[in-house]
Amino acid sequence: MSSAAPAEVQATAVDGSLAAIARSRWEALKGGDVGFLPVLVGIVAITVFFTAKSSIFFTAVNFSNLIGQMAGTTVIAIGVVFVLLIGEIDLSVGYVSGIASVAVAEFQLAGSSHDYPGLVAIALALLIGAVIGAIQGSIIAFVGVPSFVVTLAGLLICQGLIIELLGTQGVIGIQDNQVNDVANYVLTKNTGWIVAAVFTGGLALATVGTYLSRRRAGLPTGNVTLAVLRVIFYGGLAFTAVAVCNHYRGVPLVGLILLFIVVLFSYLAGRTTFGRHVYAVGGNAEAARRAGINVKLIRILCFVISGSCAAMGGVIFASRLNSVDLTFGGGTILLDAISAAVIGGVSLFGGRGRVSGALFGGLIIGMISNGTDLVGSADWVKYVTTGLILLAAVTLDTVARRRQTAAGR
Amino acid sequence: MAAPTATRTATLQIRGLSKQFGSVEALRVVDFEVRDGEVMALVGDNGAGKSTLIKCVAGIYSIDDGEILFDGKKVSIHGPKDAAKLGIEVVYQDLALCDNLDVVQNMYLGREEHDPLFRLREAPMEQRTAETLRSLSVTTIRSVRQVVATLSGGQRQSVAVARAVMWNNRVVFLDEPTAALGVAQTRQVLDLVKRLGEQGLAVVIVSHNLNDVFEVADRITVLRLGRNVGVYERKKTSQQEIVQAITAGTPVGEAST
Repeated sequence: MSSAAPAEVQATAVDGSLAAIARSRWEALKGGDVGFLPVLVGIVAITVFFTAKSSIFFTAVNFSNLIGQMAGTTVIAIGVVFVLLIGEIDLSVGYVSGIASVAVAEFQLAGSSHDYPGLVAIALALLIGAVIGAIQGSIIAFVGVPSFVVTLAGLLICQGLIIELLGTQGVIGIQDNQVNDVANYVLTKNTGWIVAAVFTGGLALATVGTYLSRRRAGLPTGNVTLAVLRVIFYGGLAFTAVAVCNHYRGVPLVGLILLFIVVLFSYLAGRTTFGRHVYAVGGNAEAARRAGINVKLIRILCFVISGSCAAMGGVIFASRLNSVDLTFGGGTILLDAISAAVIGGVSLFGGRGRVSGALFGGLIIGMISNGTDLVGSADWVKYVTTGLILLAAVTLDTVARRRQTAAGR
Repeated sequence: MAAPTATRTATLQIRGLSKQFGSVEALRVVDFEVRDGEVMALVGDNGAGKSTLIKCVAGIYSIDDGEILFDGKKVSIHGPKDAAKLGIEVVYQDLALCDNLDVVQNMYLGREEHDPLFRLREAPMEQRTAETLRSLSVTTIRSVRQVVATLSGGQRQSVAVARAVMWNNRVVFLDEPTAALGVAQTRQVLDLVKRLGEQGLAVVIVSHNLNDVFEVADRITVLRLGRNVGVYERKKTSQQEIVQAITAGTPVGEAST
């Protein structure tokens, strides 16, 4: 703010030329607001690297596989985003997903007293995740125990419960078609095209709606060319993805579920009062409280979202393997989910980041895992690479935060 | 707005306010008033009871004795919500802004406009924010969509003050608004305080800086050790007299005209 030119109060460069927008973006970049740029660079770099190393990586078959592999972790990461946004952490998501896997398998178990239809079993599993989130969130919000400890306890308790529930047989098979379809059903080719069309149409409608409401209010409407390009870019991305999937068997249903969850929670975070309050609590909880926001309720709801998303992830994992065993909920699920959110630009300090970041972060983690498997590298390569990328993401976040504060003074 | 005559009643009047914390008497039978369109300074040394007085009016502390009148009618303030309902707003020293949100989002924090489905109505919010800032001649903020973290201290203070006045408040308390600011930014904020008075609000400014006080205030209330020392008209007093009142105290009874 050294040479603050006193201008009329107006949005910077929003109605300016493309050059002016590019300039203000560049300024923002220097000010520490890197946006999705590092993530996009990462995705391109990883794609180029593995395409060079393996002939299978850049194929339609592998793309369909990748969607199935990344879906569960990414859905969990979306829930983690909300918890990170309010400046908390949820370490229980891994084993909560495991509990949900076991639950969905139990509730569809043929020949038992609770042999429910698949969709009912899925709903019950999600409900269990939500309840676990509500309990953890309440303890954190009302008693004030740090979320790190509460969810660490939740992690251990859930792990214990999984062992107890599966104890005697150790594995439950899933015969229910509805449950198995979640991760294994493939949309017909025409349905795939319709999905891409609906997505693009919805995006275009939302863009036009924003434009009209801003014009009616006499506000700067932004660069129209840029808005149109944005719709074309994301629409093109959707159609390309469908085209690639259709080249093999078609769009996996789980991809559509993932897209739906991303859009739903992006909307919740970005366009509703609830989302606004989540960001406010993460930015300055005391200011939010004084402004009349029910901070405790917001905290609890964020943990409910986290628990529910973890449960949905668990349902996807169970469906993918058509069975549940003692390994569910463990392994790298927790760390992958949190890493995905952080790599996607969600700040560990709260208040910054977007839901769509989890999608990009999940994609990066999924690509590394998928690529290293294809190349046949040892497991240690996968872990070290993911670790380095996570470290880079957090470093970037910390530096960005410092620069942003420095730019203010 | 009410005609600027001496006959109008005080917007906010406090009579015989007392407040004790255990055995400590923070306020003892204190009187205070502020009128529409007036900038009233509240000064006193540390421990004089300025903050306690603000917090009593804001509903953060309950009062032990005395009464609060709003527009001449007796009111009881039991919590921050009661104060807000009357149109009393306090801008605390820490400003209570969310750094990660932009100017519009901060102005509407907790009071967002939304449709029945809880979808935010961004356009009208942005419009009114820009209007409010313009009406206060806050011109240094380039964009209302700027994140507050990128604003200077003076700009943040301006946003906090603008938020206080946007909600049709009648009485605005400013707690040390210039304490952390440089010269140019202090100027910005003092100009803003003057404009608030000109717009007909009752403004109370708490400050240690007598230069600032003498620049913006119409009247000055001096507290010392939890008691009234007096109310002075700026035009009829000097900094020396106020310093004397703050440090040594002079007999109560300097009635205002």
